[in-house]
Amino acid sequence: MSEASDPRIISINVDGKQHSATAEPRVTLVDFLRHNLQLLGTRVGCEHGVCGACTILVDGSAVRSCLMLAVQAENKNIHTIASLATGDTLHPLQTAFTKHHALQCGYCTSGMLMTLVEFLHDVPDPTEEEIREAISGNLCRCTGYQNIVKATLDAAAELRRAQGK
Amino acid sequence: MVEKKYIGKPIPRLEDPALIRGDGRFVDDIHRYGQLDAAFLRSPVAHGMIRSIDRSGALALPGVYAVYTLADLREVLTADRLPLQFPSDVLPPNISPFILASSEVAHVGEPIALVVAENRYIAEDALALIDVEIDPLPPVSDCRDALAPSSPKAHVDRPGNLLIDFVQEYGDADLAVTGAPHRVKVSLKQHRGGAHPIECRGSVADYDRDMRVLHVWISSQLAHEARFFLMKMLGLDENQIRVMTPDVGGGFGSKFTVYPEEVAISAASLLLGRPVKWIEDRREHFIGSIQERDQYWDIEAGFDKEGKLLGIRGEMISDGGAYTYQGINLAYNASTNVPGPYVLPNYKLKVSVSETNKVGTAPVRGAGYPEGCFAMERILDAIARHLSLDRAEVRRRNLVPASAIPYETPMAARSKSKIVYDSGDFPACLALALQKADYAGFEARREKARLSGKWLGFGISTGIKGSGRGPFESATVRIGRSGRVSVYTGAMAMGQGLKTTLAQITADQLGIEPKDITVICGDTSTIQLGLGGFASRQTVTAGNSTHLAAKEVRAKVIAAAANLLDVPSEKLEIQDGRVGEPGKNRSISLGEIADSLAGAPGYKMASGLPPGLDAAVNFETSALTYGMGAHAVELEVDPRIGSVKLLNYVVVNDCGTVINPQTVEGQIHGGLVHGIGNSLFEWMGYDDNAQPFTMTLAEYLMPTAPEIPHIDVNIVEYPSSKNPLGVKGVGESGTVPAAGAIVSGIEDALREYGIVIEEIPISPARIFALVKASSENTKAGLRSTATA
Amino acid sequence: MKPPPFEYFAPTKLGEAVNLLSASENARVLAGGQSLMAMLNMRFVFPDRVIDLNRVPELDFIEQDVDHIAIGAMTRQRTLQRSAFIAAQMPVIPKALRYVGHFQTRNRGTIGGSLCQLDPSAELPAIAMAYDAVVEAEGPNGKRSIPMPEFASSYMTTSLALDEVLTCIRFKPWQGRTGSGFCEFSRRHGDFAVAGAIALLEAGNDNRVTRASVTLFGITETPKRAHDVEALLVGHRLTADLSEQASQLCIGHATLEDPYGSAEYRGHVAAAMAKNALEEARCELDLHNHE
Repeated sequence: MSEASDPRIISINVDGKQHSATAEPRVTLVDFLRHNLQLLGTRVGCEHGVCGACTILVDGSAVRSCLMLAVQAENKNIHTIASLATGDTLHPLQTAFTKHHALQCGYCTSGMLMTLVEFLHDVPDPTEEEIREAISGNLCRCTGYQNIVKATLDAAAELRRAQGK
Repeated sequence: MVEKKYIGKPIPRLEDPALIRGDGRFVDDIHRYGQLDAAFLRSPVAHGMIRSIDRSGALALPGVYAVYTLADLREVLTADRLPLQFPSDVLPPNISPFILASSEVAHVGEPIALVVAENRYIAEDALALIDVEIDPLPPVSDCRDALAPSSPKAHVDRPGNLLIDFVQEYGDADLAVTGAPHRVKVSLKQHRGGAHPIECRGSVADYDRDMRVLHVWISSQLAHEARFFLMKMLGLDENQIRVMTPDVGGGFGSKFTVYPEEVAISAASLLLGRPVKWIEDRREHFIGSIQERDQYWDIEAGFDKEGKLLGIRGEMISDGGAYTYQGINLAYNASTNVPGPYVLPNYKLKVSVSETNKVGTAPVRGAGYPEGCFAMERILDAIARHLSLDRAEVRRRNLVPASAIPYETPMAARSKSKIVYDSGDFPACLALALQKADYAGFEARREKARLSGKWLGFGISTGIKGSGRGPFESATVRIGRSGRVSVYTGAMAMGQGLKTTLAQITADQLGIEPKDITVICGDTSTIQLGLGGFASRQTVTAGNSTHLAAKEVRAKVIAAAANLLDVPSEKLEIQDGRVGEPGKNRSISLGEIADSLAGAPGYKMASGLPPGLDAAVNFETSALTYGMGAHAVELEVDPRIGSVKLLNYVVVNDCGTVINPQTVEGQIHGGLVHGIGNSLFEWMGYDDNAQPFTMTLAEYLMPTAPEIPHIDVNIVEYPSSKNPLGVKGVGESGTVPAAGAIVSGIEDALREYGIVIEEIPISPARIFALVKASSENTKAGLRSTATA
Repeated sequence: MKPPPFEYFAPTKLGEAVNLLSASENARVLAGGQSLMAMLNMRFVFPDRVIDLNRVPELDFIEQDVDHIAIGAMTRQRTLQRSAFIAAQMPVIPKALRYVGHFQTRNRGTIGGSLCQLDPSAELPAIAMAYDAVVEAEGPNGKRSIPMPEFASSYMTTSLALDEVLTCIRFKPWQGRTGSGFCEFSRRHGDFAVAGAIALLEAGNDNRVTRASVTLFGITETPKRAHDVEALLVGHRLTADLSEQASQLCIGHATLEDPYGSAEYRGHVAAAMAKNALEEARCELDLHNHE
């Protein structure tokens, strides 16, 4: 191994703030966020890209952060669950999730919400079927998905209202 | 009079504000100063003898602090094996897991060595540098083959693979069946699979050398039992160890036992004097966490010409795995739950539990009840087929009628007393399910669908779940001098909204809002006794303990306030945290009352009451309370490819008194989807050498959102007569009847083919094969008369 | 499940990437990462060096080049799915992409990565096979063009040399009166297909099929063109009977056998999928007829 495998300073923009820490290039983005930057909101479920618990936004696109290297996130804008609420005001998805009991243990929730943020941006008026397909890459073992779908329909309506549609 | 304000209401959950922001604190979020990370070297083979372990390469790797084998950990361990979780005098000795294997390895995934390193990346690098030589031994893969005389032995030092056998019986099933006018036989292979919470297991052990206390955080369903195990294994007393439970990302049974890893991590921390964290990864969950696995059933039912059951007898073989963590609870539950909500006058099931070279088995959500229910539902469908009767009618004729409730079944529970169905109306629940699912209109829908080449089916099933397993759960309700109302309990939170439930119960007594109540679960320094979260027990046990404790505290609050305000107690009410006479100005806060009961040096207790404002109750229960569920599902099968699409699912569930309708409904959703998983998707595949091969979540399939139809949950409340609140547990209710309904529906969709499904999960490939075999039989004129 | 140590390089030019690749005997190219990262996390592979192509912009393009379309290897599946140009030229591509993993994996996954992974159940290699696509590769010795059947060498093995980078895939869209169909069956939405079929049809004004491409995937080591099915269709009108006959022919093509399904089962699923795909293609042809 050479310099190219050595730890180096990795600097990434997360939720609007620039963060730096030293890590080897093999460190995954989710591990870098959680352990090097102590940003704990993003969670690890499977480390092989199936469960979706680690989903974050990279330049607005939902991505499995267990399948990205931290070094790959340099010069990109990363958004995690921490970016959804503004102070005391929750994002409509967060409000709807709470209202409709769309979370139980909460472990899949960070990834589920980030997936839905991109989805609702692209599809502001989804059908129930479209929502189910959109979250087909996010496993939840607790809720059975029904309330997540209900909450998403509610949040979508609220977002449309807020944008005057 | 206490005005009920919160019980029965869908109040927002206390757990949500933190979780929704990503501010939950799960075990991997814990970071202790100086913390090291651990990884386990696990056996790559299902059976063998360890010849040598060379760790020199691993120890030389920079960043590695220790590489432990069992010999090293013995310095702090009092035994090589875990204690059995449910002590038994019928099971053979020495069947529980080793902390680390040192001679024989008995399943793929059995831990052999523990690496402690600067981080998990380095720890895994070190694993690759440990050289273990294992001489392979023939493995035992199938639990039925395990009982054949020619089978290899799962453990070299045992005479055979039979762990235990027992007979569950009452009446005279042999007589009843042989003498019955009609008989059907059913052979089943039931497979359930793993728990797979989205958060895997994990533990942080931090031995404080200065204060000589071991602090342990475990993602667990049983903190107090974990403390007991750790004390026993490490030779510590209650003052030297504190177990705490962070937020738990689901358990589903996999976190309801203490594992070798938790003990090893704590041992490592003692030896190193450093905090050690171990987080199970998903691959480890496949090979190191308990599973429910295979059961073979061969049963026969005798019945009369009306389709009424006269007796059931047969045999069941249950896979116990390589090591026993708990006991025979899984097989036992399955065998006692065959009658379910039906009248079964005679019963005999011979149960054998065998050891295999796979990871140990223990209850996953449902805990054996789904298997017993499925067996009964298959029998009832077979009876319907045999007599050309409607499946719903057969069930109606056999259900325990409402007039017979409370119904003492002939079956004895573990405690030896008879199982009693305390409340409910089973036929009414079934009728409601059928009505909501529009069973009456189904044949017309089926015909219409056939015109466009679609094959619809309707499935029906009912099941019963006992809940509230005793003997008790602990709860202390305390009002502190700060005015903060707290509930401390040995009950465990794992996503089910337990804290909200207990807060609602408490709030009703103490006149404050649930959100202002702090509920602490699973911290052994706050309460000394506890049993934990399993068997759908906590609302019944901890709920009632909390209720009774809150009532006691309320009484004391009123008595103290009466004294302090000089107002008769019957005139006082608690509203918004203040006690006073309604309509009058004078009031006193809960905090002030607590303060008054804290004592001032030199002064007698003012109110004449004993010091402190708290109450501890361990509500005891010896009998389970029973809630019935009726399921009706409409689905579509494509016989060309064997695909199954669920279209509409109706559940009627007796939940007893409902504390929070939203969380109760959520439990039913979750339990049902797990049951759907077990019916159609979840298969933990092993080859003939007991090598697991479904080792990723892309191969071990759990349902995702598109596979789930709309679920229409109808909660009915038949209050339990077994506890003051009248509650029943619902955590597993949705799971129990699911397989029966789905399989019934698939057979119904393909009734023209006359297929009979004898296994779960049922895959499209298998459905295709059954359809094909049936078509070939028809062509050859071999198929017997089809019945609708 | 953490990756083993490796040297990491993030070249910005294709030439650099080729040099880095050819300088090592045990190097892996990192494209979308949806396959390789999982394999690294599970320690199924131990490359000495990983060459990340995500910062090589020259590999991310969709271009019209005379009579064919060139798609750069690093073009994201998401880009392909949303491209109006691709939808107009090769409508079966967005149809198929809906089934490629999940939208999160498509945000990173690339067409080149999918082709190099060459999973038997993958949709994109099957699409390339359906169109007789030509794969372009570049190595230290220069460029070469590889027709898809040669590229898809055997089970999850391409004919790329160890020091070659897949740079682009060239498709020749069908012109004239055409229709396409895509159908696959998987256990859950987004899972790898048990079996699938892609049908491309061209017909004359008399409705007789003049050209047919029928590709089956998930049933053999590499995606398979069912030439016997194609031959059956050419020169005839696609009636329900012919469609059924054609689909029955598909059954015999299946050879993949594993604990999840026998070859026989896969063949039957492929047959059902082919029937649906042909039906969809025929409907599109009819639509053309009415224009």
